[in-house]
Amino acid sequence: MSIPNNLKYAKSHEWVRQEGDLFVVGITDHAQSELGDLVFINLPNLEDDVIAGDALADVESVKAVSDIISPVSGVVVEVNEELLDAPEKINESPYEAWIAKIGQVSEEPELLTAEEYEAFLQEEK
Amino acid sequence: MKLIFELSTPGHGMQYLPQSDVPKTELPEKFRRKQALRLPEMSETDVSRHYARLAKQAFGVCSGFYPLGSCTMKYNPRVNERVASLPGFAAVHPLQPKETVEGCLEAIDTVQSLLCAVTGMDAMSMQPAAGAHGEYLGLLLIKKYLEKTGQTHRKRILIPDSAHGTNPASAVMADFDVVNIPSAPNGCVDMEAFKKALDGNVAGLMLTNPNTVGLFDPNILEITRLIHESGGLCYYDGANLNAIMGHVRPGDMGFDVVHLNLHKTFSTPHGGGGPGSGPVGCKDILKEFLPKSALGEPGDHPDSVGQIRSFYGNFGIYIRALTYILTLGAQGLRDASSTAVLNANYMMHKLKDVFPVAYDQICMHEFILTLEDEKKRSGVTALDVAKALLDEGMHPPTMYFPLVVHEALMLEPTETESRETLDAAVESFKRIRQKIDTAPEALHECPVTTPIGRPDEVGAARNPVLRYQYE
Repeated sequence: MSIPNNLKYAKSHEWVRQEGDLFVVGITDHAQSELGDLVFINLPNLEDDVIAGDALADVESVKAVSDIISPVSGVVVEVNEELLDAPEKINESPYEAWIAKIGQVSEEPELLTAEEYEAFLQEEK
Repeated sequence: MKLIFELSTPGHGMQYLPQSDVPKTELPEKFRRKQALRLPEMSETDVSRHYARLAKQAFGVCSGFYPLGSCTMKYNPRVNERVASLPGFAAVHPLQPKETVEGCLEAIDTVQSLLCAVTGMDAMSMQPAAGAHGEYLGLLLIKKYLEKTGQTHRKRILIPDSAHGTNPASAVMADFDVVNIPSAPNGCVDMEAFKKALDGNVAGLMLTNPNTVGLFDPNILEITRLIHESGGLCYYDGANLNAIMGHVRPGDMGFDVVHLNLHKTFSTPHGGGGPGSGPVGCKDILKEFLPKSALGEPGDHPDSVGQIRSFYGNFGIYIRALTYILTLGAQGLRDASSTAVLNANYMMHKLKDVFPVAYDQICMHEFILTLEDEKKRSGVTALDVAKALLDEGMHPPTMYFPLVVHEALMLEPTETESRETLDAAVESFKRIRQKIDTAPEALHECPVTTPIGRPDEVGAARNPVLRYQYE
């Protein structure tokens, strides 16, 4: 299971990459593997206010619809519209297929390092 | 297997339309078709064989054991069909003058009052055509109540995370905000999280009891009391009513509005054959908001939310449910629920050494196995076991639901299965267990005996082909 060192992680299995003032959010390799083949994604709207711990987007697999939780509070400034036609990109390369970029971040709860996230996954097993 | 369009051979079509016995009239040019209808051309023999072949590929309650959790796939007694096809019920038109359909009206009235008696409600609308349609109506009643009492700020509907997916979907459709309430480790509502979610903006609660993990929530009276104290109303999702008929009523648990799935609990056809019927019952406080009774006079119900279905709903379906209720009687309904619960516990007890059960305690009408550990150990998933059950000649249980249990298989045997059938199903699970222990990889290939193996579900969801493409 791939867990890049340069990213931060949420316990709800999202990754976060900081790009200046922006927080880029996607889901982890573990998350995509648990969800299975994705067939649909619902992205947030631009300028949506999001709250850490609340749903940012949702994805649908053959099994179920699942929420993607926002790791930070802020405003959606960009969404990866490419995923609308190709949600499988999340399965193929979860760390390249970012979902949304969040700006004006007002709350940034403590996120896990790659090492901590790996330990957390072990615990969950 | 070929589609009927692919079986078409020019010249094989049959002319079924009788000679016109009225003078021919030309349609205005703009309404005329530019080309002939592209209907398949086949003889009646071939059409009948085509559909017989299709029927053989399907699996229904009449083909074998069908323990689809949360769906109550019970046997649909033939007497239901017989009564519903009586000409007095089947050959009437909803626009007929009332005085010519008095019997039908009495039947509607009777089924409404019987369903009120089973649920502990004061009034019932037969309009909704299915469960989720009923949920939507129930929420519209709550919304109307809030409007009439000047509480439109109440927008939050509390829904446990084990709920049927239709609950949050219906709440969003009715323009409420969904608040997810986590389950406690025992599978019931997490009372601490529930209490924290209560505030002056709560419009109501949607709950299934027994819940989707097959357990009766012991805190139900406190839950409904706290909702009422905070000013909200309580909605009962009747999908699991089969566990409690004649034993306890949603109305007595404190619920204000319920929907029923007649195609589950009351033995009317379920699934593709449908249609469904999802009547909504409510307490007196919501009665005036029910859809306008098709029987009433115009202007009778100024506060009604309006019609949500044409005429009287799926009349033929609830005639079947009425037949079922009258055939069983009060004691019979009570016995049906007792037997449904007994069958589920019998099967769970026999299976718990074969696959782990998610909640190892006495269950109601359904229970859940979890393949979570098995998946880690041997790579065999709930999906693999479900597919292997097809080779055993039974319909698989519900898979991957509820979401709170990973790799879930949810079984609901219903009261209409014999002990022998349950024993045979347990043996099937045991054979699959042995296969997993000896050759787990083989499970990924199942089913191998069915007309269709593993369809490409991902491909079907990503690139659905929804209609025949003419060349």
